[in-house]
Amino acid sequence: MNIKVNGEAVEIESDGLVVTELLKQQKVDMPEMVSVEHNGTILDRAAFETTQVKDGDQVEFLYFMGGGSPLRAN
Amino acid sequence: MSAPIMKEYQVQIPQQIHAQMIAHAQSLAPIESCGYLAGVDDVVHHYYEMTNIDNSPVHFSFDPKEQFKVLKEARDKGWQLMGVVHSHPETPARLSEEDIKLFNDPNPYYLIVSLKEEIPDVKGFKVEKSDQAVKISSVRLTQV
Repeated sequence: MNIKVNGEAVEIESDGLVVTELLKQQKVDMPEMVSVEHNGTILDRAAFETTQVKDGDQVEFLYFMGGGSPLRAN
Repeated sequence: MSAPIMKEYQVQIPQQIHAQMIAHAQSLAPIESCGYLAGVDDVVHHYYEMTNIDNSPVHFSFDPKEQFKVLKEARDKGWQLMGVVHSHPETPARLSEEDIKLFNDPNPYYLIVSLKEEIPDVKGFKVEKSDQAVKISSVRLTQV
């Protein structure tokens, strides 16, 4: 099947791939640290295991981004 | 967690955008500011001011919905999201333990705007993680 991942055309051999597997294929080492948008809808993390990607779908993923200041005494 | 400085990268930032990052941080202080730098081939073209959904003086988180919007907008312009910027309103421009823990995307540069001193300080870092170690490299920020 042919899908778009982060705007780029990607050919996937197997149909019915779930998002978790797609992230692995995309070499995302820490899928728990990414947000995924599937056909315009942001997925709950719990849905990564069950949401199937189909031919023509558009998937976007990006890393959660956060951080903090060092202790003020530093 | 600490790691040695290993290698140096270089990013070109227009003076106007450098000033915009500082002005953004100053406008929100004591709350931490955050944003994306977009550009091509290590040359910055745009600074996206992002919402700190933590609204905190010691922590920041991007809004995923806003991240996706900016990601697509930058891509449409032919830019990459090449840098993640946040401020340290009261502490130095160095990575905190929490920064290192949470900076899991190996691709962008991480810039910190410190307002600790009268003259703001901006420093850049690259954070690369493996199973065994965290490698932190400095990023030379050249104003053009």
